[in-house]
Amino acid sequence: MVLQSSLKNCLQLSCILRTPKAGFKSTTSGGLIIQSVSNDVYQNLAVEDWIHDHVNLENRQVLFLWRNSPAVVIGRHQNPWQECNLRLLRQKNIKLARRRSGGGTVYHDLGNINLTFFTTRKKYERMENLKLVVKALKALRPQLDVHVTDRYDILLDRQYKISGTAAKLGRTVAYHHCTLLCNADKFVLSSVLKSPYKGLKSNATPSVPASVKNLFEEDPSLTCELLLDAIAEEYATQHQIDHRITLINPADETVLPGINNKTKELQTWDWVYGKTPKFSISTCFNMVYKDSVLDVKVDMDVKHGRIEVCNIDLPEQWLPPALWSELEKSLTGSKFCPNETTTLATTLLRVCPQDDELHSRWNLLCENMIMLM
Amino acid sequence: VCIHRVRSCSSIRFIKSKYVCVFDKSALKFSHQQRLFRTSAVSCGQIVQFKLSDIGEGITEVTVKEWYIKEGDSVSQFDSICEVQSDKASVTITSRYDGIIRKLHYNLDEIAYVGKPLVDIEIDASKGVAPEEDVVETPPMSHEEHTHQEIKGHKTLATPAVRRLAMENNIKLSEVVGTGKDNRILKEDILNYLAKQTGAILPPSPKAEIIPPLPKSETVPAAPKDKARKIPVPVSRPIVFSGKDKTEPITGFHKAMVKTMSAALKIPHFGYCDEIDLTQLVRLREELKPIAQIRGVKLSFMPFFMKAASLGLLQYPILNASLDESCQNVTYKASHNIGVAMDTEQGLIVPNVKNVQVCSVFEIASELNRLQSLGSAGQLGTNELTGGTFTLSNIGTIGGTYAKPVILPPEVAIGALGKIQVLPRFNGKGEVFKAQIMNVSWSADHRIIDGATMARFSNLWKSYLENPASMLLDLK
Repeated sequence: MVLQSSLKNCLQLSCILRTPKAGFKSTTSGGLIIQSVSNDVYQNLAVEDWIHDHVNLENRQVLFLWRNSPAVVIGRHQNPWQECNLRLLRQKNIKLARRRSGGGTVYHDLGNINLTFFTTRKKYERMENLKLVVKALKALRPQLDVHVTDRYDILLDRQYKISGTAAKLGRTVAYHHCTLLCNADKFVLSSVLKSPYKGLKSNATPSVPASVKNLFEEDPSLTCELLLDAIAEEYATQHQIDHRITLINPADETVLPGINNKTKELQTWDWVYGKTPKFSISTCFNMVYKDSVLDVKVDMDVKHGRIEVCNIDLPEQWLPPALWSELEKSLTGSKFCPNETTTLATTLLRVCPQDDELHSRWNLLCENMIMLM
Repeated sequence: VCIHRVRSCSSIRFIKSKYVCVFDKSALKFSHQQRLFRTSAVSCGQIVQFKLSDIGEGITEVTVKEWYIKEGDSVSQFDSICEVQSDKASVTITSRYDGIIRKLHYNLDEIAYVGKPLVDIEIDASKGVAPEEDVVETPPMSHEEHTHQEIKGHKTLATPAVRRLAMENNIKLSEVVGTGKDNRILKEDILNYLAKQTGAILPPSPKAEIIPPLPKSETVPAAPKDKARKIPVPVSRPIVFSGKDKTEPITGFHKAMVKTMSAALKIPHFGYCDEIDLTQLVRLREELKPIAQIRGVKLSFMPFFMKAASLGLLQYPILNASLDESCQNVTYKASHNIGVAMDTEQGLIVPNVKNVQVCSVFEIASELNRLQSLGSAGQLGTNELTGGTFTLSNIGTIGGTYAKPVILPPEVAIGALGKIQVLPRFNGKGEVFKAQIMNVSWSADHRIIDGATMARFSNLWKSYLENPASMLLDLK
């Protein structure tokens, strides 16, 4: 059984993390297992950043265990509009985060565990890490049919994906993290990971959809805690270290100086949306107005999350041309974001002729534009 | 002194300078004879091909996903150059050299190969191997300025390192006042001079730090030795400020705001301010808060202010009107869609509560709650943000007493509510009591609203709030 330690070990941790060359021999030589007490996806991603930037992994490896409240996490070079249903995320208050590692999009909730293996760049070896996980699972439940594919996925019953992998390599440090589905909400998972946005063209890394299954469905006696314990124990054995998990608080500046800035950065619009590789949208929609149906064609180029070029093709004279070009001009340079577009559009309306008919047409067009975002 | 300087000169030989010291007779006066420097003018640096290093796991190709630099940028060792991706791994490639980027070998989304050149970097000549030949070239500023070094007939003394620092920054030594012995120009003097010029201190480059060990007399700090000849210079600690101005284009929401506010200011505003005693209202709200709470609604003061305003607008409908562009017609709006200014990350947004004239205070409160939670989630729709006819701005939640609010077209009036303060006031009996005072500042369109109308509206509004019971008489 792996013991969970508390404050005493937090202090020990801060010593290790701050003076990495201090040569701790006793319990931490060779490896360290830490677990986050937070379920905030941004805080936990910030811990990964922090360890990547500050810890000397020359003679040591670190395993970081974490879980998040509902969140969708996209890869470093992905396009959130392409990967998930942003409207649904906003409605359900599910967070969107962009991690620094590559790979595809995943859904996290408390029924999913995340494992991050930190090593020096030279010792970066994903297969070894995944084999460790599989070994731990088999030690826990020998009847489980789990194996690692050459795409670095872990499959259950040769069919269902229970784990996805991604990695980040820096100058001297590397980390490999993966998910593990224990008891996640599959219904929410499949609905949020389906993008409703049409007409997107981009070079962003696409995700490869897969059928998933929870380990819980295979064996209802499995819980996240059991899985975390088993993996930590296997890690401890392989690295010949104490079976002890150190708890870490990602909001504690004394243990992790500078962590709050990292957390904030991960939450900024410029990081989450602004880092999307350049893409274009070419789509059309129908608007029902009074007794007629109108065809509207929209072409936009979006760079750094902002609209670079905007062309809206409306039936002639449906809106005064001056107003319509005003809308296109104002949208250019603004964020590709429903909130910003709404405020922009409604503000512009104040300087238009005050005509109810005009207003309802304008609102209708804007509502439809916002649906694209 | 001369001998000392020669010695220090020779020890500098190992330091590479960016600019050449011109080999000239005038230079000889200051015993620079033996010194030759290499220039690193435009393209004399060595171009190195920085190859993509091994990623591990036997990977041979990656996709270039993001460039952090462009051709012409200067980089330092360990700066990030680009982000590449290979099979779910994102790799940050950092520079191994200091220098200037001369060529990017790949465009975005192209495949890059391990072991092949990624970028070409021109390495600082000074970092390179000592050159075979010396190049004599005129530095950007006339060498006369640097080497002549005469101020008003006095020869200016400066160590070679100080002179180099001046040269690197295109400073005429004649313009720098020396605070050292014999008006010698010290390094601090150059830095002070720079600080005054640019308002910033240039961090001395690592090379400039290699100042040869000077004889003690030359390292004495700037204490004026010769008061008679010394020009008093305020010896200040260099101000460390490395901020830079940042210019960005106005886009999106702000562009729209510029348009709106420009239109707003075309309206001739007049202001009217007053003080409201909310003592009774505060008491009333305390009583009603729990009742609203049970019904799931948070009750602030705003619903009362809005209802009272609506009752006032029934008497003075001109304040709920709109003037057309040509100023020919006034439209009296039937609905009282009262907007509440909210401060969000985007900026100012004004959602409105529709038809306040037929809503109860509780209904207004409930709708306000809904708008506030949508506002903080960034989910307000066009319907909530359009159609307003009159606006109240609760700037008091942030602070302040009086304001001069700007009317939001196409409306004709707006009220800004200051914060509620506890102040001493006299009651009817001439006794001092604790009063809850709030100031209101109205602005109205003077083309169709006159001062008297505004004053009467404000008085009516005030009387409803100061005696909440009187609202009961007129509530619809």
